[in-house]
Amino acid sequence: MSALGALARLEAVAAGRAVPVATVRHCHLSERPLVIVPLRLAGEAVAPLAAMVGTDPERPRLLFVPQPRNRDLRFRFAAELAEVVLGRIEECRTAVEELPPAKDGTERVRYGEAPQIIVPNQAGVGFLRMLGRSTRFRRTDGPYPVDPAVPMLGRWLTWFADRYERPGAALLLAMTETLRLHWASGQSSLEDGNLAALLGWIDPPEGLTGPQAAALAEDPVASPPAGPATDPSFDNEVLAPAIAGYDEAADETGLSHAKERLRTVLSSQLVPTWELMWRAIGLLRALPEGANVAARHDRDRDSFTWYAETFEEGFPQARRDDAVNAARRLHDLERAQESYDAQRAFDDPLVMAEYRLTGEAFGGVVTECLPTRLDETGKKPKLRPWLRVRTGDPVRLEPGRAVCSAARPGLKGRIVEVAAGEVLVELTGGMGRKLTPEPGSVPEVGDRVCFTSLGTDSARGRPNFPEREQTPWTHGGPPAEYVPTDEDAQEAWS
Amino acid sequence: MTDLAARLDRLRGAAQPRNHDARTIAALTSNPGCARRGVLDAAGIDKDAIAAELGFAAPFGQSQFAITRGNVFEAQVKADGCAELLSLLRDRLGLSIPEVAYDDLGVVGGNESRKVRHARTRQLFARALGEGPGTLFDHPLLRLDIAGQPAYLEPDVIAFQFEGRFHIIEIKSFAMIDGQADPAQVASAARQSAVYVLALRRLLTELGHDEDTVSHEVVLVCPENFSNRPTATFLDVRPQLAVLRRQLARLTGIDRIVAELPADLTFEPGAGLAGAVRSVEARYSPDCVSGCEMALFCRDEARACGSTGALGRSIRDDLGGVDSIATALALADGSLEPAEELAETAAGLRLAARLRREALGAAS
Ligand code: SF4
Repeated sequence: MSALGALARLEAVAAGRAVPVATVRHCHLSERPLVIVPLRLAGEAVAPLAAMVGTDPERPRLLFVPQPRNRDLRFRFAAELAEVVLGRIEECRTAVEELPPAKDGTERVRYGEAPQIIVPNQAGVGFLRMLGRSTRFRRTDGPYPVDPAVPMLGRWLTWFADRYERPGAALLLAMTETLRLHWASGQSSLEDGNLAALLGWIDPPEGLTGPQAAALAEDPVASPPAGPATDPSFDNEVLAPAIAGYDEAADETGLSHAKERLRTVLSSQLVPTWELMWRAIGLLRALPEGANVAARHDRDRDSFTWYAETFEEGFPQARRDDAVNAARRLHDLERAQESYDAQRAFDDPLVMAEYRLTGEAFGGVVTECLPTRLDETGKKPKLRPWLRVRTGDPVRLEPGRAVCSAARPGLKGRIVEVAAGEVLVELTGGMGRKLTPEPGSVPEVGDRVCFTSLGTDSARGRPNFPEREQTPWTHGGPPAEYVPTDEDAQEAWS
Repeated sequence: MTDLAARLDRLRGAAQPRNHDARTIAALTSNPGCARRGVLDAAGIDKDAIAAELGFAAPFGQSQFAITRGNVFEAQVKADGCAELLSLLRDRLGLSIPEVAYDDLGVVGGNESRKVRHARTRQLFARALGEGPGTLFDHPLLRLDIAGQPAYLEPDVIAFQFEGRFHIIEIKSFAMIDGQADPAQVASAARQSAVYVLALRRLLTELGHDEDTVSHEVVLVCPENFSNRPTATFLDVRPQLAVLRRQLARLTGIDRIVAELPADLTFEPGAGLAGAVRSVEARYSPDCVSGCEMALFCRDEARACGSTGALGRSIRDDLGGVDSIATALALADGSLEPAEELAETAAGLRLAARLRREALGAAS
């Protein structure tokens, strides 16, 4: 975090409620996000206990495993969750957008929608990843056959968890992290991990201050944890007897009573978080969408389209990336992070302020302007207007550095000199093709402007990664294509 | 009894010194800069009890599902004279162990005192070295001095002697999935194992052996993937050992802090308790919540006095070390003229405040 972020937190403390750290919404929000609030049985790597799922706040669906240690019941849960997730994926494939054909003439399409899953927190993302890992290798034939939807769910969840890592992708979101991108609370980031407490700061209920609402949210009885971990005293006092009741049920009626009881107690743990999730979605929806969000959403749809179209012939994702893939992936993620950071800054003056603080951007008022200045040193004269900008920002841009306008990145320029609170900028592009600028393209005296070096680096391509067959022996030599084995398929899930 | 020990006893009052275990000793290292914690721990005060007494009970509870799972897994690994464990050591770690003696040093019968059991542990270890191809000691009773007071540890671990060296074997029930376990859980296991390694080293040096007789490589046994099948890896706990050593040494040096406390200070339960606790300086940070039983009390205190540290260590650093929220805000809005040493920080804060204002103004 920076001094800006720290200051925002202090302001939140003083105000008794969260303050904005963004002026626009930086993530796409689906019309019908699939909210999943998962719970896991304590002490197990990935024993699903329950999940509240759905795309309609009024109609949550509760899935649960009456005896989480029972392998068959776990797979039944996975099949039920698959029905919901795969159902939503299919819905997204109904509308198709035709794109101009690729260079080699192949047809290109993009599904009209991309599925979006939202979980309460980062641990929820981890849970989906693990659930994906534990189900994607399963076979539908052989010794331990499972419902065909189970391995499909596993592959999709793995894909979602993988996309979560990608900066700017909005296919899987952790609500606490998404909220933190837009608001600063007056508590620590550790405490922000509690969805109820964070929302308490952002949108305290009538009559409560942020800190009061957050304090309430920390009481696990008043406000059950948002999962996947459950409250230990709930486990010991409520859940354990309810599961024992199921185990001991003597007949059908007993069984259905026991299930009903489990449904009630699990629902009591999940409904509060379910409601928080939709309240948070409402708050995010109320923010105007950032200008680059739609373009990032297009990338998400491309990525979804590609995965869905190649799903049939594909294999489950490998247990571990081979060396070349891992390096390539890391490089891609770094690039994605850079471009995501830059896009957010251009979309949002409050994010751009971070760069003004570090001197990679500066803002101020135009005090002098030569809009029709020509550079006649070359063969042909070129339009090179000059702007003098008065600024109080700590500019750290060297003369010659390429910059562009924060409000209109198409307007390019370069720093001529920086001195005593004034910056002289020579404009080089984005003013039309003639020797006089297009009307309105050059800022005038008295205009507020902001210029930045962000996004002006010549695009660095991907370094040459060896093809898979040419992985250097230092990285383990060429990896074998990952084909799941029988052992993968029969892996115990106990 | 030393002066310090007598003084610490007085601070504790009538209460029994708390029983330490590896978790509480490992936790000693989690906020080493905090004088309050240092004094409470050195005096063997039950922080859990006084936090509850103060109305800020620590929210540490454990689910019975987690406990059961842990016990079942451990029992399974240790069943039949540690049969599964041995085949792991052979197959996974490639140790050639032809035959093994297994000794359980747990409570055998009646109510032996911990001193007696520790003596028995000592005896057996003394005999084991240099004898036989391999030996497993289950439930050894170890001892570690905390600020001059002996603390007995009853680890659920096994000390494994192989070719003249001991290894601590730690059995944990968190899963190792595709060769990776949750880093937080591994870190906590490493901190706890380091306590055992250190205690065992103390024991063996007392017996006249070299420290290195106990390896810094701990054997961590966990379930593999999603199964109950155990797998094993070596865990190097040298960094944790270094931290632990430093903190234990620091606790012994607690006399300087104690000397400055009022002579009649005591942490006996009662009306004066909160005042007594407050009189020892704390250094709260949000990490305390996962490592110290006093956390909710100290958080409340830090918040009430408007400390920037309550928002996180990094926040305080971002604010150039300014401790008070009110001061930082006043520097930011220019209503407070900074002292000379704060001039730079203040300028940074004012700039940040102006940039926020401009950006929020531009948006509306
Ligand atoms: S919770 Fe309080 S006593 Fe414990 S380490 Fe933190 S500041 Fe010190």
